[in-house]
Amino acid sequence: MDARRGSLPVPRVRQVGFFTPNAQPAPTRSQSGPPDSSSPPLPESPASNSLSPVMIPPPRHHSDNLAAAPRPTSPLPVPEPSPFRRRDAHAGADNNAPLVGSYNPTETLLAMSPPATRSPSGSHAGDGESEAAMSGGWFRRSNSAKLASSLPSGTFDFSSVQSTAEALKPTKVQNRVGVSEHLLNKTILAEASGRPAPKEQQPEAPSSSKQPKPKLSKAERRALQESQRAAKAATKASGGGKSVAASEEVATVKSVKQHQTQKKDAPHVAVSVAASERKGGDKSQEKERRKDAPAPRMQFDDKSRVDKAKRRSVVDQTEARNRVELFRHLPQYEHGTQLADLESKFLQLDPMHPAIYKVGLQYLAGDISGGNARCIAMLQAFQQVIQDYSTPPEKTLQRDLTAKISSYVSFFTQCRPLSMSMGNGIRFLKNRIAKLALSISESESKSSICSDIDRFINEKIVLADRVIVQHASNKVKDGDVLLVYGSSCVVEMILLHSHGLGKQFRVIVVDSRPKLEGKALLRRLVVKGVHCTYTHINAVSYVMHEATKVFLGASSVLSNGTVYSRVGTACVAMVAHAFRVPVIICCEAYKFHERVQLDSICSNELGDPDAIGKVPGRMDVNYLDDVSNSVNLQLLNLMYDATPADYVSMIVTDYGMIPPTSVPVIVREYRRDHLLI
Amino acid sequence: MPDVQALVNEFLNKLKKRKIEGSQATAKQTAELLRSVISQQRVPRTNQAGALIDAVRAIGEQLIVANPIELAVGNIVRRVLHIIREEDLSLTTAAVAELNLSTVSDDDDDGGGGDQDDRPVLSAAAVAAAARNTLRPPSLQMLLEGAPDFVAVPRSSSSGGDSEGKSKSMDRNSRTRKLKHDIIEAVNELIQDITTCHELIAEQAVEHIHQNEVILTLGSSKTVLEFLCAAKEKKRSFRVFVAEGAPRYQGHLLAKELVARGLQTTLITDSAVFAMISRVNMVIVGSHAVMANGGVIAPVGMNMVALAAQKHAVPFVVLAGSHKLCPLYPHNPEVLLNELRSPSELLDFGEFSDCLDFGSGDGSPLLHVVNPTFDYVPPKAVSLFITDTGGHNPSYMYRLIADYYSADDLVVQRRHAAGN
Repeated sequence: MDARRGSLPVPRVRQVGFFTPNAQPAPTRSQSGPPDSSSPPLPESPASNSLSPVMIPPPRHHSDNLAAAPRPTSPLPVPEPSPFRRRDAHAGADNNAPLVGSYNPTETLLAMSPPATRSPSGSHAGDGESEAAMSGGWFRRSNSAKLASSLPSGTFDFSSVQSTAEALKPTKVQNRVGVSEHLLNKTILAEASGRPAPKEQQPEAPSSSKQPKPKLSKAERRALQESQRAAKAATKASGGGKSVAASEEVATVKSVKQHQTQKKDAPHVAVSVAASERKGGDKSQEKERRKDAPAPRMQFDDKSRVDKAKRRSVVDQTEARNRVELFRHLPQYEHGTQLADLESKFLQLDPMHPAIYKVGLQYLAGDISGGNARCIAMLQAFQQVIQDYSTPPEKTLQRDLTAKISSYVSFFTQCRPLSMSMGNGIRFLKNRIAKLALSISESESKSSICSDIDRFINEKIVLADRVIVQHASNKVKDGDVLLVYGSSCVVEMILLHSHGLGKQFRVIVVDSRPKLEGKALLRRLVVKGVHCTYTHINAVSYVMHEATKVFLGASSVLSNGTVYSRVGTACVAMVAHAFRVPVIICCEAYKFHERVQLDSICSNELGDPDAIGKVPGRMDVNYLDDVSNSVNLQLLNLMYDATPADYVSMIVTDYGMIPPTSVPVIVREYRRDHLLI
Repeated sequence: MPDVQALVNEFLNKLKKRKIEGSQATAKQTAELLRSVISQQRVPRTNQAGALIDAVRAIGEQLIVANPIELAVGNIVRRVLHIIREEDLSLTTAAVAELNLSTVSDDDDDGGGGDQDDRPVLSAAAVAAAARNTLRPPSLQMLLEGAPDFVAVPRSSSSGGDSEGKSKSMDRNSRTRKLKHDIIEAVNELIQDITTCHELIAEQAVEHIHQNEVILTLGSSKTVLEFLCAAKEKKRSFRVFVAEGAPRYQGHLLAKELVARGLQTTLITDSAVFAMISRVNMVIVGSHAVMANGGVIAPVGMNMVALAAQKHAVPFVVLAGSHKLCPLYPHNPEVLLNELRSPSELLDFGEFSDCLDFGSGDGSPLLHVVNPTFDYVPPKAVSLFITDTGGHNPSYMYRLIADYYSADDLVVQRRHAAGN
């Protein structure tokens, strides 16, 4: 279908939303040897995405971008990174100013992170301040296919798209490859770009980068040749030179051996795909897609597996006394006992890195909460781990580090079940590690991973939040009454940003027990001078009459459009729906997940049950003190719930404003992208 | 009647200060107060019923003004007025019947004094039924013959009025006493009804709760407690989810009671209602008042529960004693029939004083705290009402209400209405 569609004279202007560089050479479609389950294929070739499921950002952005176009192209996944960056460059460290107060307890975390993370991106992507000279050829070659996938996602801003398109117009395959690599250096490899490909004329050649080993350059050249050959074959076969990268295998080029098999494969695949219109590609994709389905979660009513997990676990958990029958499949442990125990183990625990340990304890104690904060904390802990890591003898970095990280992850899981955002972050990290070229040195791979993590945090969380704030604050009008629930950092940023813009609106903060997170949000809003109304969730029907819009955060958005969020979100959305008030979900796209869920029971997290029985600050409510040991009484502290998609009017993500039905599209089209960044 | 006035004032104070919690307690105390008012009220020779009605109405007005949100007060006032009217009517018709029966009935009167007590009660019921007939369509025979039977009733009563004037003073005296006596008897019965209504409701529990059911409830209600326990006593085993009903946390109280009676109880936060409702077979809740359109005034949060139940097609059952049936149709009930409680239940006093700048600004405070007491559940969200007379549809409530109140009493505050 792609060839057919590709051969149609599609006007280039139309390709704005999902720009599909169908001029991309086929050769890039190199079939890698062992398909990595953690590196799923891009299910659709970009050429089929000529229809945009997401809103094109307002023109303001692209004008911004045009103005800020000292660099030729910026196919970054975030629509308008450049204005921000410029601002960053100017504002320096306090660039966060209008958007502070987020990531609740971990403000420090973020406050620390942006300068650190921004430093690489502040400079032009692609000007290769490469502390890690990647094994250029391999890496790029294998990734040049992904460029095709990264481009549509990245090119949200009009100008950059067009410029990219122009850059891509030359039809000479060779040239194209050069361009793609050039782009790749900027987008994907950013600071890790190493040295430029031999044929491309990169204006700012890195000066500080180490000289690549000759062997690598050879490999690179070989790759280039090979891709050219494949491209030629493809062009010949499809006639129009429009054959599309069918199976954009993320080439996990790990060894020369693999490379050789691949080398054998690549032209063959290219031809066959071109000839049979990616039939074979489809098949392999199917396979990969199946592998891609999320693995079943641990079910805690499965005795044998629980026992097995227990033996390995570091955290000493005791089962709660009165477990809720309905939630046997979820871990129900005594809360508060593990913390002291773990603290005592702090010094004697050798396999665990102290940074991991610290973050784990923070999870356990609830010091870090919120999807973004938890994900950032985890990734930064991993960064420290990686910096302190040295490969044991007779082991490869990729395998050993992945195994290490898996063990850390299971430690985190014991401290508190992972959030979807963390899961995606881990997936990203593992994917990066798996894709490291074997040939580069340990220190190079380490720094490359660290900078990848930085980039993930920056682009997927920090910048994404800003884009969401930009989009969502457009929706705030004078005289609005915005209802928010609980405390979501991105919603808070939206409110403060809109307030900073001088918009006149009122906020209704709806809160619920037992966490009463709304109080903290209320305090931060009131300090900033926002007019607020505070109430509890039971009164939501009462206050919904006044509300004109409902802004809600989300822990995750599942691919059936279900919004998985703090418990009570569904109630608020339901009441808003009943009162015909639009519900706007604000969620970064990295939190999207391909899992589906219909109710809040099958997968959830249980909090401390004792928090239910006790009402802090209310001495008169102590009815349950004397019966809390009764077998008949169970206290259920559900942490999340699933809001059905019908209650959601719109989801604001870093890719724009989308209806909940478009979530699977984002997941499908851009998942690859965040593995890339 | 100074002592009555003192009682009334005391009760008014309690109402104003919201010292009386729960519609059942309020209803009972109102009925008791009105009973003493009636018993202390001197009645003139003629038009005793009218005098009683005026007295009750005067006090009822004050009571309703004292706590307009507590609809049970108004309900009971109207019920008592209705009782007075019905007793008067029944006595009048009885007198007429006696006259019509002439001497034979006189003999009966002399024969047994104990009979006298029984007969008016019976006749009261009969007359009430007759009065209700006016609402019903005429019988088929009547339609055929074209002879409106019910016209006879007013005619006979008017003739009775005539005959009343002619009758002896002795008879009149006894009738005065009898009217008051009957009314007080009926009010006693009403009080009895109020106190036992949850037993009557609980008797129906087994028809609605079966084995292994999962029931969700919110807040605390004695009726719900009795209802669930009645099913439990019938050896039904089921589990109950109790939403705690913040900010009053009455759910904790209910959970405690249920646990004490051996029911499997799970306490959840109110926010988890939507999450849990997909596994719930039935929602059984109490109410604060039931309006004539079938809408329910219920503890805050109930609308959320009702919507969630509606979404998941879970039956939403409301238990209501007959004293909760209010003959009024609600208008904007979320606001007009609601009461805002102290914000201290949500935020401690002074908790935000440090970040509120009272000195500056345009006078409007930056922070509002809303803490309503009630929620309005529209009739379409309710699957079933269970009252002491059985189960009813929301659409049927108006008819049920017509049995308990006479149309003349719907507006108690005449002066207010006129003033407005």
